[in-house]
This record gives sequence, C-alpha cells and structure tokens, in this order.
Amino acid sequence: MPLLSNITKTTALALCLALPFSHAQAEEIWISNEKDDTISVIDVATLEVVRTIETGERPRGITFSHDHKVLYICASDSDAVQVMDPETGKILHDLPSGEDPEQFVLHPDNRHLYIANEDDAITTVVDVETRKVVAQIDVGIEPEGMAVSPDGKYAITTSETTNMTHWIDTETQELVANTLVDSRPRHAEFAAGGSELWVSAEIGGTLSVFDVESKAEKAKIEFEVQGVHPDRVQPVGFEFTGDEKTAFVALGPSNHVAVVNAETFEVEEYILVGRRVWHMAFNTDKSLLFTTNGVSGDVTVIDVAERAAVKTIKVGRFPWGAALRP
Amino acid sequence: MSILKPIAFGALLAFGLSATASAEINVNVHYLKIERALPPTLSNLDPVPEDLGVSGAELALKDNATTGRFLGHDYALETTEVYLGEDPLASAKQALETTPLLLIDAPAGIVTAIADLPEAQSALLFNVAAPDNPLRRENCRRNVLHTAPSLAMRTDALAQFFVKRRWDRLALIEGTYAQDQSYANALRESLTKFGLGLRSSKTWAFDADMRRNAAQEVPLFTQELKDHDVLLVADEVHDFGRYIAFNTWEPRPIAGSEGMTATAWAPVVEQWGAAQLQSRFEKAAERKMLPRDYAAWAAVRAIGEAVTRTSSADLQTLRAFILSPEFELAGFKGRPLSFRPWNGQLRQPIPLTHPRALVAMAPLEGFLHPVSELDTLGQDQPETTCKAFE
Repeated sequence: MPLLSNITKTTALALCLALPFSHAQAEEIWISNEKDDTISVIDVATLEVVRTIETGERPRGITFSHDHKVLYICASDSDAVQVMDPETGKILHDLPSGEDPEQFVLHPDNRHLYIANEDDAITTVVDVETRKVVAQIDVGIEPEGMAVSPDGKYAITTSETTNMTHWIDTETQELVANTLVDSRPRHAEFAAGGSELWVSAEIGGTLSVFDVESKAEKAKIEFEVQGVHPDRVQPVGFEFTGDEKTAFVALGPSNHVAVVNAETFEVEEYILVGRRVWHMAFNTDKSLLFTTNGVSGDVTVIDVAERAAVKTIKVGRFPWGAALRP
Repeated sequence: MSILKPIAFGALLAFGLSATASAEINVNVHYLKIERALPPTLSNLDPVPEDLGVSGAELALKDNATTGRFLGHDYALETTEVYLGEDPLASAKQALETTPLLLIDAPAGIVTAIADLPEAQSALLFNVAAPDNPLRRENCRRNVLHTAPSLAMRTDALAQFFVKRRWDRLALIEGTYAQDQSYANALRESLTKFGLGLRSSKTWAFDADMRRNAAQEVPLFTQELKDHDVLLVADEVHDFGRYIAFNTWEPRPIAGSEGMTATAWAPVVEQWGAAQLQSRFEKAAERKMLPRDYAAWAAVRAIGEAVTRTSSADLQTLRAFILSPEFELAGFKGRPLSFRPWNGQLRQPIPLTHPRALVAMAPLEGFLHPVSELDTLGQDQPETTCKAFE
C-alpha cells in the first residue's frame, strides 16, 4: 500500500520536526515489561526507547501522580506498590499494597490509591502520603480493572472470575452496588463527563456501557474482526480521545485495536497492531496512541487522526502497562 | 443485570460470609468419588493425590460463593467417597435425595449406571473423570454433561500438532490395560481423521522392572519399529511409559501418555490468566492442579455461572441455559468454554505440554470450523452417534 506508507512517512517526519521544539522537556511514554522486571521509556519525539529502568518483580499497572513527580508501579510478584522518582529511576519507597497488586487508580485528590489485589479478592485503599492502608474492601475473585469517577465519588473494581463491576463509595470506602458484566472483565473507564462507565469483558468479547446515575447497562458493544475467529477477539484495555467522542479498544489476541464511536457505540474501524494488544496511553495532545503488545514484545504507535499504525517500537518482554509523562 | 440492594449487602458484610440465612437461592452440589483399584505400576514416583478432583470442586465453590455473596446466592458442596466393595449406586441414590446436582468421579460404567437410576432422571450429572469416547457417543445420557475432555479431544489435539509440524511418520507402543487400549484406539482414530497413520506399533507386555532394565530393554524393543518422526506411547495407567524417553533406538521425541501429553489441564499452563488459577489452587490444596481438578472446577463453575446469569436454581432452567449458545465460561485457556448441545461435552482448548512448559494450545491455528474451532477436537455434530440429546 504505497499511499499508506507515504502518509506514514509524512506523519513520522512531521512528528520528528515538530515535537522537539514544542516542549522544553521531552514527553515520554513509560511501558512496564511484565516478564523483564523493567520499564522502557519511549521518547515521543523520536519514537525510540531512551531508557530502561529496573523495577520490582512482574511490573504490571503503572501510573504517575497527577503532578507527575512520582511513578507508582504495581510490582505484582514483589507484593508491593513501588514509588519511583522518574528523574533518577530510583525507587523512593514501597507502599503497603496488599498481596499481588495488579492494577490501580489514583483518586483525583492525588492521595488515595485504589489497588486491585488479584490473589486476595480485595481492593486496598492506600494513602500515599501517610503510606498507610486506609481501607480494604472485599470484592470478587481476581479483581483487576480499576477506575475512579472524575468527581472522585466512585472507585470501580472489576473482578475477572466473579464477572462483576463493584462500585465503591470513596467517602465510606464501602460497596454500594455490584453489577454483572460478561466474562472476565478487564478494564474500566468513566466516560461522557463521568456520566457513563465502560467495562471491557475479555472472554465475553464485549464492552458494557453503564449509566452511572442508575447503574444500569445502557449499551453493549460487540466486535467483529475480519478473518479472526470471534473467540480470539478479546477486548481488554481502552482509552478515550480528548473530546471523549472516540474510544480506542485493545482486542487482545486478535491483534487489532477497534475505533469506537462513543456516541453511537458503533465500531468504525479496526487497526492492525502487534500481538496480544493489552493496554495503551496517549501523548499529551492525544495525537498519538501507544499500545502495549504482550506477545510480540513491542509497542505500536497509532496516528489518532489517520487511524493508522505508524511505527512499531521494540521494548522488553511482555509489555503490559503504559503511562504518559508529559 | 442484577444490582444488589445496599441494605441486603450491608447485612451480609456485617455478619461476614456466614450470613447465609438471608440467601435467596441455595445451590447444593454433591461430589461422588468412587474409588478404583489401581493396577500396580513400575514406579511410585507420582502417587495419586487423595483429594484429586475434590480440591478443584472446592476451589470453584469458593469462586461461586464469592460471586454469590454479592447476589444473595448461597452455595454448598458435599463429598461422598465410595470405597472398594461399597455400592456406588446406593451412595448415588443417597446423594440424589439431597440435591439434583451431582459431580461423578467414576469409571464410565458407573456413570451410566447412576444416570439410569430412576432417581437421576430429573438430575444433572457432571462426568468429571471418565474420558471414554462411547460415553459421548452411543452411550451418552441426556442427564450427563462432561467437563472432562473425551479421549478423542485429547488425541485430536496431538494429531493436529503432528500435522502442523509435518511429523507424519508415527510409531506406537501400547500397554495391555483397557485404558491403554482405549487410548491407543483413540489415537488411531485421530490419526485417520487428520490424514495420518501409524507406520508400526508394538505392545508392551513385559513384566520386568524398568528401573533397572530400561537402558537395556527399550533400545532393543524400539529397534524393530519402522522409521518414525515421533514415538507415541499409550500407557494411561503410567506403568512403563516413563522409561521410554532417551532409551529409544533412534533419538525420537515421545508423545501421548508420556513426553508431550494432551490433557485438560497441566501445572505448566500459565497464560490467559491461568497463573492466577494455579496459584489460588496451590494455596488452597498445597499441591499442583491436575486435569481432574480442572474438570471438577469447571463443572462447579458452570453451575455457578448458570445460577448467576439466570438468577435461578431451577434444574431445567439451569440445564437449558448451560446447553444454550448464551452460556460461556472463562476457563483460563484463552477462549470461552461452552457445552456441545448434541452430547453435553464441554468444549475446551487442550494444552499440549511437557513437564516443564506448554508446547501449544489446541485447536491449532489453521484448523478451521464453520461454528467453533473448538469443535475440531472430538466428535463433531454431523457425525455424532449420541441420540439422547435430540
């Protein structure tokens, strides 16, 4: 396809020319490598790995504090959430995390970290300042997907084997509702200004959209990738564009990312990426999307406007999480 | 879609997990374990765990109970062990008095005998152990579902692998026990199905102790086999098979009952979230999870999934849902599991493993099917000889 490769080249060239001058400090995408115990740091301007930093065992979820001064890392097999200085790459300290932390979300207050403890069927709430556990909430088996509403009112845990979305009231740290979703929910995000909650179900092959007010399911999105058996189309991580009008959904071993219209809930396009695509992160202006491809050990860079993959970047073994450092 | 009333949930939390009195639905499952006389084997390196199967059911019950806690569904599991010399049918009748949901861990003959009891006609039985092909074919029963894969599913998985690798020159050593013979027959059938065949086969009928003599006997024994790419071993009682590897006349990989095996589950399966199931099982049972544990786990989880999705404990509702296309179970093998409506067999990927790692997961890429690629493993609907589900 000569046309596509031309666009690709132009886009890449434009990026190379434009970005280094627009930021004092280069923006970076940080990728956790589950089976290498490292983080690969990708320079958004050059689309190359510029640093590789050692972490605890089996790093999965990673997220920056809202001021980007520290990075939190779920070091699952070290049973710790590590706090890293992104400047030096040094671990500052560990947070009490409960056993086998897999994924977490930081409350808008920049203080409370909601952690899914996969082996213990618990969500642990940690105060990152006092470094103390504030609450532990019993949830379903194998909690994984974590989200917090923009107003900070709800924290969400999805449990993979119980197949539920657990709604936690962040005031009382208690469950206020438990809603069933399809098999193996993996990821949750609030959308539409916080009025919707989206939950992906990996084995169910669907994305459920909940109305936050009523906590009722208002839509279910299904996927169909040409030439790929439906069993292998497994939605996992997803992210919204800045206007929240479009969602990009990683479809696991189908090796595609779906582009979903967040208003009509229709799938508009499928983009071929690396093998077993898992999570993703945008750059600052959300013009580029970086997907972690677990099996092929690389990151695909998607041009958001063109809806096309523009580059593949080799990282460590089994890349899992992705986070933007502007 | 079920949203638990905050009040009911608060009450549950306050009283902890024991607050089951308020449960709206009670589901009792009974595990019936029939002791078998095991033939003597040359080595006792791998004793059969006493809790084999039962621990899988117990783990699934915990999984179900955790979900049930949020929905007001309560689950219980009882286990009866029937020892040699005792009457399995009497125990089955007793169990059926308490619940219509039975897991049966028994040889095929006892499974059908229990299924044919008048007391079992309105029951739902799960075969978690017997791999026999006839049990899914002419001897199938309307009230029996199978979470253990059939021999055909397991040997089809091997055959797909040989086709894929183009290892098409095959030889077989088979033992003399009935299980070995059934397995060898299944192997032959699978090879034919996928356009392969045996170049030669031999029967292992020695009674020498291979711990001393393997190095001398096996090379000579295998010297007569025609040129082959893979040596298949049918030794389902695990008597002599472990002494074949590295002692063959020609240096050849071993597959079948030894070497690369095809089973419902193996401790080396770690992808698709399996690491989590393995570690939960190991924590609970203090040993590795084996195929029968997996079959029992899948049976109890299937019941749980049906209760959760239908909000019902009515047996006919559960059976209809389990056999419907809406049913899907996340089984940590990369694809949703479901039941074949024509014979009650659980569709499932079959891991091909050696003791240290997963080699491949069947169905292998390229084996296509108009409905589900999982149906390339085992007898498919068009050729089914099971009439009970019509």
